[in-house]
Amino acid sequence: MKLYDVASVLRSKNSGPFEITLDVLFRDAEIYRKVKASGRINKETIARLYNIVPELISHIVFFDQALGFKITFARKVSSGTFLDRDVYGAQQHAPLMELEVELE
Amino acid sequence: MLGYGFPKSSFMKGMSYRPDAIVVDAGSTDAGPHKLGAGTAIVSKQACKKDLEIIITEGVKAGIPIVIGSAGGSGAKAHVEWTRAIILEILREHGISGLKLSTIWADIPVEVVEAKLSEGKCEPLGATVKPLTRERLHATNGIVAQMGHEPIVEALKEGADIIICGRAYDPSPFAAVAIHRGFDPALAYHLGKILECSALCAEPGTTKDSMLGILRRDSFVVVPLDEKRVCTAVSVAAHTFYEKEHPYLLHGPGLVLDLKHCVFTELGDGSVEVRGSRIERTPVYKIKLEGAMKVAYRTFVVAGVRDPLLIARIEEVEKQVERQVREYYSEIDPEEYQIHFINYGLNGVMGELEPNKQPAHELGVVFEVVAATQEMANAICSSVRSTFLHYGYEGRKSTAGNLAFPFAPSDIPFGPVYEFSVYHLMEVADGLEMFRHEYTEV
Repeated sequence: MKLYDVASVLRSKNSGPFEITLDVLFRDAEIYRKVKASGRINKETIARLYNIVPELISHIVFFDQALGFKITFARKVSSGTFLDRDVYGAQQHAPLMELEVELE
Repeated sequence: MLGYGFPKSSFMKGMSYRPDAIVVDAGSTDAGPHKLGAGTAIVSKQACKKDLEIIITEGVKAGIPIVIGSAGGSGAKAHVEWTRAIILEILREHGISGLKLSTIWADIPVEVVEAKLSEGKCEPLGATVKPLTRERLHATNGIVAQMGHEPIVEALKEGADIIICGRAYDPSPFAAVAIHRGFDPALAYHLGKILECSALCAEPGTTKDSMLGILRRDSFVVVPLDEKRVCTAVSVAAHTFYEKEHPYLLHGPGLVLDLKHCVFTELGDGSVEVRGSRIERTPVYKIKLEGAMKVAYRTFVVAGVRDPLLIARIEEVEKQVERQVREYYSEIDPEEYQIHFINYGLNGVMGELEPNKQPAHELGVVFEVVAATQEMANAICSSVRSTFLHYGYEGRKSTAGNLAFPFAPSDIPFGPVYEFSVYHLMEVADGLEMFRHEYTEV
């Protein structure tokens, strides 16, 4: 299954002008636990999906009460200046949607 | 969000609870650095006035304080003055007088930042924030700092009826009202964090609505005011994800909010009770600075490409076009301008982060030139356009032109391009030191 098949919210946004943050939220607590337990969500996976060095990733955090996890990484170009392509950072989530997750 | 509009019905339902204050956040850096750099607002005057008219007339009628956070979007002097002029206009038009107006300025003099930098008390906030050289600092148009609750509490103590805050940490104006009334700062800030995005924590979520927060001694309750919306334990818990780098550790002026151990309980009427929020004061009080500088002037062109032969080698052709233009303008210092192509349908949105290398059957090509002056950007962009349009790439069959322009004229002078040049944490004595109050009797 792909992550977007099982998540109820999968989005990206600036967290300040120098970072992109990805949020993945679930409705089903069981699926959330399985995704968390799969160990698939780690710096290596994210660095590969986004073609960035792992050092740019500042946070990968699961929050059980919210049934979700968050990934934050540094932008190479800050929001709204020359060479930026996404001022709000709202369309940087698609590579994460395609991630294959095992839920068995 | 001030100026995004809200249904008057839900606002009035909120007023029926007889709240102790009306607080609205007006701030954001989302739209990029030019709002701060150019001193322009995020919303139109009409939109801002429409929202403020309801808030002010109803707040005055109820005799409760009105607090506006990060006035005008960026919260610098020009934005605060813009907001204050709108408020004075509303008061005049409604014949309202006898009020105490407080303005809290958040502008930080460049000399202060320079001194703190040299003392090592001002550090960049993020791995890719560029070093703040003296040159970049002095090129920056106005630096603001995000205030905490302290200056706002001060204004409330002084009996201000309307408080216009310059740049504020988004939850601070909400927290200030609660802390002023003696409530737990942890609950006050957590509630503020939720309310600053209005009804975004509800389902369906929106920033265009009103929302009610009720504080208790050891918990708070969030109440959606529109019948269409409900809050759930998960929707309120998940809200702290939004736009923040960490889901439960939130850094503010002089504080860290820790929401890891919060308990969210649905009360059965669409509202949710929250308890267990924690707050820690940081050993050194630091405020977040924001500043923007003008880096160049831009001219851009929007075009389409449908020819499969060109699509197959688009990036290669663009490199050749750039090379030819640079050869043509060999008398201009190559550092004085930059040429950039964005290929929608290939990797327009993500650039080098894009994992999918397969182009679509047609491409939207946006190309831009940024240069030291608008005139130079116009001239070079014009050459890029004509060179690209007629470039005879290898294997070309469509010898009459390579680009489909949707508009005439095709070249659009954009004006200045800004950049966040200051995004730093600066050490200060306390939460009051840098924020100056001004009181006006209306």
